[in-house]
Parts: sequence; C-alpha cells; structure tokens
Amino acid sequence: MIKVESLTKKYAGFTAVDDVSFTARPGRVTGFLGPNGAGKSTTMRVMVGLTEATSGSTTILGRRFADLPNPGREVGVLLDASAQHAGRTGREILTIAQRTMGLPKSSVDETLERVSLTESEAGRRVRNYSLGMRQRLGIGVALIGDPEVLILDEPANGLDPAGIRWMRDLLRGFADQGGTVLLSSHLLHEIEVIADDLVVIGNGRIVAGGTKDELLAAGGTLVRAADTAALAAALAGAGIGYSAADRGALLADAELAVVGQAAFAAGVPLTELRAADGAGLEEMFLALTAESQRDQITVQEGTAA
Amino acid sequence: MTTATIESADVRTSTRDRAVPKPIPFSRILGVELRKMFDTRSGFWLMASIGILAVVATGAVIIFAPDDQIDYGAFGSAVGVPMTVILPIIAILSVSSEWSQRSALTTFTLVPSRARVIAAKATLTVAIGVVSMLVALGVGAVGNVVGSALAGVDQTWNISPSEFAQIVLADGIGMLMGFMLGVLLRSSPAAVVGYFVYSLVLPGISGALANATDWWNQHGAWFDLNWASGNLYDDMTGQMWAQLGVTALIWLVLPLAVGLRLLMRAEVK
Repeated sequence: MIKVESLTKKYAGFTAVDDVSFTARPGRVTGFLGPNGAGKSTTMRVMVGLTEATSGSTTILGRRFADLPNPGREVGVLLDASAQHAGRTGREILTIAQRTMGLPKSSVDETLERVSLTESEAGRRVRNYSLGMRQRLGIGVALIGDPEVLILDEPANGLDPAGIRWMRDLLRGFADQGGTVLLSSHLLHEIEVIADDLVVIGNGRIVAGGTKDELLAAGGTLVRAADTAALAAALAGAGIGYSAADRGALLADAELAVVGQAAFAAGVPLTELRAADGAGLEEMFLALTAESQRDQITVQEGTAA
Repeated sequence: MTTATIESADVRTSTRDRAVPKPIPFSRILGVELRKMFDTRSGFWLMASIGILAVVATGAVIIFAPDDQIDYGAFGSAVGVPMTVILPIIAILSVSSEWSQRSALTTFTLVPSRARVIAAKATLTVAIGVVSMLVALGVGAVGNVVGSALAGVDQTWNISPSEFAQIVLADGIGMLMGFMLGVLLRSSPAAVVGYFVYSLVLPGISGALANATDWWNQHGAWFDLNWASGNLYDDMTGQMWAQLGVTALIWLVLPLAVGLRLLMRAEVK
C-alpha cells in the first residue's frame, strides 16, 4: 500500500509536482502515466526519500520511507537502471544489496536466476551491460529482499519483447500474491495490458485516476451499418450525439443498449455494434494531457474519452 | 434498461502478513561500505597501490640512498610520500563516487539514513588511514632491516612513537581534507582537482605570500592548514598545536559541517 497525500515539490520558479494525491493498493498494479517531465520520477523520488517534498506526505505500508527499519525487505525500488557504479559486476551489485538487507548468500544466485541473468553475464561489469540487462539487474535489486511493495520507474525501457512479456508476468504474479506495484511508463500499450489502476499526471497535476476499466469505459459505442446516412439519421432522431469514426463507422455518445435500441427503432440493420475500445489508452492519455504535451497533437474529436 | 454494477472483484487483501524486519545494524553498513571501497577495479588498485608503492619506495631507498643515510627515517618518509596522495583520493572517492557514479540512488534507498552511511564512510576513512600507515611503516621497517644488512651498516631506528603518531595525524588530516571535499563537492573530478589545488597550488601561493609580506610570514600558520600540519613532521610547540587547531577548524570542520548539511538534504538523482 502506497499513499500519497497532497504532495507538492517546488523548485525555484517552477512546480514539478502540484498537490498530487493517490493510493496504490495491494493486490493491484497501479500504472503511473504522464508525458516526459510531467513529474512522475520526481514523485517517485519523493516517495523513497531521495528528494525532499515541499509539502505533503507519502507513506508506504503506513510509514514514511525513512522510518522503514530495513526498506529493502519491504519496498523494492528501481528508479534508474543506469544508476549503478559502472565498475561493479552485476553479481557484486546484488551482493551489496543482499548484505545490506542481511539476506542469506544464496539469495544472490536465486535472484540472478529469477531475472534471467546468466553466470557469465553476472560476472561482467555493468558498463558492458545493455540497457535491457541493466533493467533486469535493477529489477533483481528491487526483488532480492522479497518486498511487499514495488516502485518501478520505466522498468520496461530497453527490454526486448520477450523481456517485456517476462516482466509483465512477474509483476502480475507479484500483485496476485497480494503485493502492491506502482510502475511508471510512457509505453502506453504496456500499461494498458498490465495495470489494474491508472493515475495520469500532466504538468505535475493529477488529471485522471481510477481503475483502468472505468477510465477506458468512457469511450462510447462504435456502431456500423451498410447505410451510414440512415444510421446517422436514426441516431440524430434518438437525440444521440455521434461522430464519424474510421471506415464508415460512427462513434455514438451513448451506451451500447441505447444505440442498439435507436437503430432497431429506425429499422436500420447494423453490421457492427460494440464498445469503442479502439480509442483506448492512447487517445485518453493524449486528451487528458493535451495541455501539457510538448508536441501539439490534434485529438480526433469524439474518440477522446 | 439494466445496468449491472460489477464490483472491482479482484481487490485482494494482502496475504503477506509478516513481521516487520529488524533495523540494519551499523556494523553491517560498515561492512558493506568497506566492501564497496574494494570491489571496483579502481578501488582495488588504489588500495593495492598503498602496499605496492610502499614496497617500491622502500626498494628505491635501498638502491639509491647513500649508505650513511640508510635509517628508519629515510624509509619512513619515502614510504609516506605516496600515502599523502593515495589516501586522500581513497577518502574522496568513497563519498563522491556515490554521486558521480549515481550509486547513491541505490545506497540511500537501501539505507535511508544518509547520516549513518556517511558516518560509516568517515569511520572507514580514518581506519584505512591508520592501517595504511601501519602497513607503510611495517614495509619501511623490513626495508630498514634489509637495507642496513645489504649496506653493511647498523640499523638505525630514529622514529619515536610520538613522531609516528604525528605523521599518522598529518596523513589523517590530508585524508579528512579529501573526505571533506568529497562531501562538499559530491563530484569525483571536482573533489580530486580541489584536493590537488589545496595540496600543491596553495602551498606555493602561501610561500610566495610569506616571502612578500612579513605579516603572512609571521602569522600564516594560523590560516594555512598545509603549513600548520606540515609542522607535524617536526617537533611541535604549544603554539603550533594551537595553529593546527585553528586551521583545522577553518579548513576542515566548518566546510565539512556545511557539506554535511547540504548532503543530508540534497536531491539524489
């Protein structure tokens, strides 16, 4: 359980994190989304005491991070996989973590196996690691203490497709055993596949939060008929707002049953009727963070949540 | 129309009821920090170079020193010179590499109390300084025995325990100077450059100033830590001890206090 309450971090002349509150619950994967520079990493650094908050508080398992007696045993943290001494071997970095936490020696080998780093890779110095190997090592450092909470900043960066799949299964399994996972990412597809809950941040402020299903449900209904004009007339007749979607389909601003009823009443045969899942996280993300995007993207009206 | 409200069914409660772990003892932090001083190539060779250079310096005295100058003092000072360079660098890197290599991110998420980590590093810095000096003088002693035998002269043991203690103190001050710069600057290149400015450039400036102005010549030792600690290699008067205290306050204690205060609050990125 991670609880962030009214967290604010101001730097000279600019507010990086502005009154952010959210909760990451046990048994669930919480995705922390936002464009570059939105304040994700700053929020995560404040959580683990690396950055001092201007105001507000964060607690993990009911305590401030600094008050955890042996944090590695309760909270696994990966903020930046490249932030390791380049001259240490992967095995050495895990050994340092193992010793600091007071774990049995065998945990190093177990962890190496868990993150699929081979014996020879573990003996290499981190400067010779690819980004994907650094991520695996960083996830290993986070997992070695068998924590209850994971805080991961962009853990999928640099992983190959098999690695991404591996990490997804790992985090899913972790949450299914009652663990709390907070992961940030800008890889929307990743988050969409794995997260149960979403927190969307833009310009340091929370712009949306809730379960993934709730947030994506607001997408409307996709409806298609052979005679698009008749369908449009039927929708207009029933007082349902709509807009054109791709390939002759219409995106209706109403629930599935209402749209179906309207088409039926007007005698328009439908070829397709379903929830507009196509809009998905990407459209929602772009719409919600439109103001804080550095690249102005025109979001197709109506497809936005 | 019916709307089914489906509860978020998969909200599980934590099944991982378990004891709160025991706090990390200071001895463990000391052990880990000591390990971190040796476990990189640069760290290992810095440590190894203490022994290697002590042997090289001893060999050089045996080969090059005239027979009548083969005594323990000659070995002691030959062995001590490389120490004055290596020990401060070890002290600098123990702190600054956490920032320059960014390993501080992991260090301080595993041990959130920065004070404990820095205290462990400071303890080890002093301990390594003392142990290194003992190693150096041990190597020097072997050199003195071997060198005297080779040269066919009597063994001369002309370093008293109090002189030895003063030399250790002088090197300790150099090491703490390095530690202070590491804490204050939190950057390996800046701190190493800073140390060489302090130990190589400033004495020249101070010396020139002493030549140019009578006042500095008289009172410089109250302000120049190099000068005040350089006296440790000779007999110390009460005034010299006072000068050492004053200069150490200005050059070590105050900047270290400022550096520690900044380090405790600094953002770790």
